[in-house]
Amino acid sequence: MSAATEIVRLTVNGDRQEVGVPTHFTLLETLRYALGLTGSKQGCDKGDCGACTVILDGEPTLSCITPVWEAEGRTVTTVEGLASREAPHPLQDAFDLNGAAQCGFCTPGILCSAAALLERTGDPTREQIKEALAGNLCRCTGYTKIYDAVEAAAAAMQNGASVGGASG
Amino acid sequence: MSNNGHKIKSDLKLIGTPMRKVEGLDKSTGRALYTDDLVFPGMLHGKILRSPHPHARIVSIDTSSAEALDGVHGVVTGQDMPTTYGIIPWTPDEYPLCVDRVRYIGDGVAAVAAVDEDTALRALELIEVEYEELPAFFDPFEALEADGSTPYVHEPKKAGWNGNVTKKVHLEFGEVDELMDGSDAVVEGEYFFEGSTHTPIEPHCAIGLWQAGGGFQRQDGESSGKLTVWSATQVPHYLHRELARVLEVDQAHVRVLQPLVGGAFGGKSEPFDLEFCVAKLSMITGRPVKILYTREEVFYAHRGRHPFHMKYRTGATAAGKLTSVDAEIVLDGGAYASFGLVTTYYAGQLLCAPYEMPAYRFDSTRVYTNKPACGPKRGHGSVQPRFAFEVQIDKLSERLDLDPIEFRRLNFIGSNTRTINELRVTSNGFMECLESVERESAWKDRFRKLPFGCGLGVAGSTYITGTNYPIYPNDMPQSGVQMQVDRSGRVAVFSGASEIGQGCDSMVAYIAAEELGVPLDYVRVLRGDTDFTPVDLGAYSSRVTFMVGNAAIDAARKLRGMVQEAVAEEWDVKPGEVLLAGGLALWAPDTERQMHVKEAFNLAEAKFGTLGSTGSYNTPKDVHGEYRGATIGASPAYSFTAHVAEVEVDVETGIVDVKKIWVAHDCGRALNPVLVEGQMEGSAYMGFGEALMEEQVFKDAEHGRAGLHDAPSLLDYRIPTSLDTPELQSLIVESIDPEGPYGAKEAGEGPLHPSIPAIANAIYDAVGVRMDRLPFSPPNVWRALEAAREADTLRKPILNPGAGAPTSTPELVSGD
Repeated sequence: MSAATEIVRLTVNGDRQEVGVPTHFTLLETLRYALGLTGSKQGCDKGDCGACTVILDGEPTLSCITPVWEAEGRTVTTVEGLASREAPHPLQDAFDLNGAAQCGFCTPGILCSAAALLERTGDPTREQIKEALAGNLCRCTGYTKIYDAVEAAAAAMQNGASVGGASG
Repeated sequence: MSNNGHKIKSDLKLIGTPMRKVEGLDKSTGRALYTDDLVFPGMLHGKILRSPHPHARIVSIDTSSAEALDGVHGVVTGQDMPTTYGIIPWTPDEYPLCVDRVRYIGDGVAAVAAVDEDTALRALELIEVEYEELPAFFDPFEALEADGSTPYVHEPKKAGWNGNVTKKVHLEFGEVDELMDGSDAVVEGEYFFEGSTHTPIEPHCAIGLWQAGGGFQRQDGESSGKLTVWSATQVPHYLHRELARVLEVDQAHVRVLQPLVGGAFGGKSEPFDLEFCVAKLSMITGRPVKILYTREEVFYAHRGRHPFHMKYRTGATAAGKLTSVDAEIVLDGGAYASFGLVTTYYAGQLLCAPYEMPAYRFDSTRVYTNKPACGPKRGHGSVQPRFAFEVQIDKLSERLDLDPIEFRRLNFIGSNTRTINELRVTSNGFMECLESVERESAWKDRFRKLPFGCGLGVAGSTYITGTNYPIYPNDMPQSGVQMQVDRSGRVAVFSGASEIGQGCDSMVAYIAAEELGVPLDYVRVLRGDTDFTPVDLGAYSSRVTFMVGNAAIDAARKLRGMVQEAVAEEWDVKPGEVLLAGGLALWAPDTERQMHVKEAFNLAEAKFGTLGSTGSYNTPKDVHGEYRGATIGASPAYSFTAHVAEVEVDVETGIVDVKKIWVAHDCGRALNPVLVEGQMEGSAYMGFGEALMEEQVFKDAEHGRAGLHDAPSLLDYRIPTSLDTPELQSLIVESIDPEGPYGAKEAGEGPLHPSIPAIANAIYDAVGVRMDRLPFSPPNVWRALEAAREADTLRKPILNPGAGAPTSTPELVSGD
């Protein structure tokens, strides 16, 4: 029962990909089903929860409501692309150290939103962090440990911690 | 068994310090695998057809067109699995798919497996179900009054009974009426706690894999096969049992794997239709089958907080001592029993601390209605009565001109005591909890003294740390852990505990590292697979740290003893003088004498052979009362919590802005304070969401299709975002429980309870308006404000301590 397919060209975590997918596929479906990048999560499939957030040309984007053709020719960074070969992204390390990921299901999306924030604003206030994460629901933490982790990562990056990965 | 062993180690090295989680980096790098991340060769995708009617007979189901659709490999209906199941062995009232009757909009009636989701969805449209609609029950009071002239939600157990009643509990302790009549003040109130749901961010997901033949037989000797199910469940052991029973496979040939679980909160703590369907569809198709719920299906699967209709009478002396408590509760249970038998007891049983009650009576009744089944949500059965009772206490304090924190202190039940319903309380840090929130919130300077519109409220609570009696009666341990050490110095921990984000895989690793002296990164936790992990009963009732932790200590200490003995022999010293810490074995009298822990393990292996141990934990029994129901609520230890909430109420709009919640929690000992704080903050957040925003409600006939969920999406069912959530401050209190692992108790559920009444009481402090009905949403608050305006009672309440207690004549204070 294969639907019509199309070839989409996009760069994902530094890799140029040409992938054939059904025309109705979202970016999330393409990442998870066609490219095997299961780090980005499907929590609602309606753009409500933010677990599917990826970075599309520098902007945090809900991949579950982004038709894949919108990503044609563009650059996508997912949670798998945040780390460098040498070390995790400072955010990833800070999330681990600060207990910011409990069940971890919202974490990939939150990390992408936070990474995009830190690209724009090196030393965000707590209010700016709250604003940046307002589209990412977390049901476990009450957000406090997440703010702590983002602030710790920002401080580490200000102090020269390197941000590797496809986005950096 | 380790429950009578010595739990408290004085020279802790790792325990009590901030540590990483064993799977932390996997989660932050996207490597962590959840059920929906798994793909198997040839895997089919399943979908479940759900009832559009709240109550109907199934006249016929025709699946032939669906089966004929290209790409469809299998279709099942209720007739293929005609065995009831249920988490509570006494109330099995669900079929994997409905056999003859549907009981709520969303009840499953058929399932298909197809090459992809789109094909499966098309196939569902081709299934023809003929229904005969029946009158439905939506209101629990109407359901209670039913006379059988239309079909009950379930058939009565005995002729003449009301089939809409799941369970009735009536318990009475002490001279309730006499003491109430003799009280100096009596407060009466009626409360309504609206239902809410868990909304883990990961929807339920399961994969079934049936391997036919292979010599695997059923117990009756018939050729069979092996069934493997991966599921996002909190209770792999119960799922294991129910899959075997319902699908008639030898339990020895059923394997349940639990990948990482993306949140649960009680919403994944019993078997669900999709787990049976993926198994059965795999048996039919011979291929792996995955079903992933849509978000909408998660709302219909529910098992969340029961709506409670509550009436309380609470008496006290003029000096502020509680005299008598009388409660009447109706629980709106939805279509199936779920944990409801327990919920009906918990509605009353868990209220008897941290305050001393000379007399207590409760009458609670759970009623079936044609809505998604309610069940256990974080703080199972006790969050609702705690809301009502802590508001009652606030009203009594006000009535008696007592500071509400002082009132709570006056009634403190103490440690090493019994509650009025004969629950054994051991450690109790409630007074320290009260002190912490009082100090940190600057309570004395600010309560009743903030400007009109701003207020502070306090509430306290207690919660179980697991239950002394397991869900199905048996004398086996509630938890088991297996450990082995290898020649590299590593420790492998085989744990059946259910990691749902709370950190239990890390907890066993911390214990192994602490006891065996290895660095934390030398510990590997092998988990989530009933083929090789000892049984743990599941992640519910806040049992895991206490029970699995004690089992882990038991296992680790057996290994430690062998290592100490081998090293002592090598050094020609006493085994008790050998310490294991910091990756070394050391001689206590002279720690310069040392060897790498790897060498110590090698000496032990040379002496004893391959090194492994098992540990287990079972609960204390017979420490409860003699009455029927006395075992329900009996726990090896109780946690205690106090919150202060600060709010600002906009009297024009009814918007309540919760500024901050101070959360003090007696967790016994914080094995890893970072994780304990995470549980405290997450709990307070979830309580805040229930207090202000969340409503699991259904349409009535005037506003759409009766029984249809009002808002089955994460946009419309509002849970707090980062912008909504107040500042949360965690204040850990450690009472060092005599039986907990290193003194630890629970932290995952207790700290939710006081959020809601603390906010309600803060609203009163702000504007003098009582909120006895959840949620405190702008429309509800605005209506209460309007009523107060009309009654001219909208003003800042006044605290006048000691201004004169009421006369000896009992005086009724209305509920609002």
